[in-house]
Amino acid sequence: MWRYEKRLQHPVNITTPNPQLAQFIASQYGGPDGEIAASMRYLSQRYAMPYDIGKAVLTDVGTEELAHMEMIAAIIHQLTKGLTAEQIAASGLGPYYIDHTNGIWPQAAGGVPMNACEFQSKGDPITDLFEDLAAEQKARTTYDNILRVVTDPEVCDPIRFLREREIVHFQRFGEALRAVQDHLDSRNFYALNPAFDNPAKTNAVTANASECSVCGG
Amino acid sequence: MNENCCQLLNIIDQTSFAMDDVLLFLDTHPCDQQALSYYQAMARARREAMDAYQSSCGPLMVDGVNSASGYWSWIQGPWPWEGGC
Repeated sequence: MWRYEKRLQHPVNITTPNPQLAQFIASQYGGPDGEIAASMRYLSQRYAMPYDIGKAVLTDVGTEELAHMEMIAAIIHQLTKGLTAEQIAASGLGPYYIDHTNGIWPQAAGGVPMNACEFQSKGDPITDLFEDLAAEQKARTTYDNILRVVTDPEVCDPIRFLREREIVHFQRFGEALRAVQDHLDSRNFYALNPAFDNPAKTNAVTANASECSVCGG
Repeated sequence: MNENCCQLLNIIDQTSFAMDDVLLFLDTHPCDQQALSYYQAMARARREAMDAYQSSCGPLMVDGVNSASGYWSWIQGPWPWEGGC
């Protein structure tokens, strides 16, 4: 379960509206590599993860993505606040305005609605973790693309923060993948799907408190 | 929001972020003693700042509402997406 914490993970205080930028950044809300897809991907994949390290990383990164989704929505909200219909129509955000006014709705920069086909939950821990590694890089590239067209430092700051988190998540998923492979036959990682063919009997490789003296020493 | 509350919120943001980050690191390095002590220090600093903020500036968590005031202050803005600090 989750409880709401009434603050953003990183502050968003944008004082100059910019509807065109809002349209671009909206892709990180409901676009193919956006934060909603990221969160739903990891939180859905957890159930086919047999190992503790993997379960923890998917849960905690999936939870952080919810906080990122909220930051992106706050950026879009503040970038469109107080604009007139004429200003919006002149900016390219007109079609969005017709359907949603200034409400927040998940779509890609090009108008394609959020869709579960933007992520996969394959029921195979290795396949899923490779998807996750790719997803973090795709999101990082999208943030790089956004940063090239942003000049307002109040927008750059939270976008840079989010970009950096993609890199950290990529690192953690890489470590989780290695931890999964440590459970498998190193001569053939693909001999079976540990989530399906051979349900994990133990969590032997996951260090518990009593094993820390071993792995720490 | 007043300056003192913004300062406290800033400390909460920083210590919470430190926890967000070390949490993920510990997930994949559960035996790292240095990370474990860092976690402990940040969790404590966050708790102290949360207590100070919630007692004078308003609730951040639903179990931090001061109901003795006779008012359900949870509904009071600014909400996070409205900026302010």
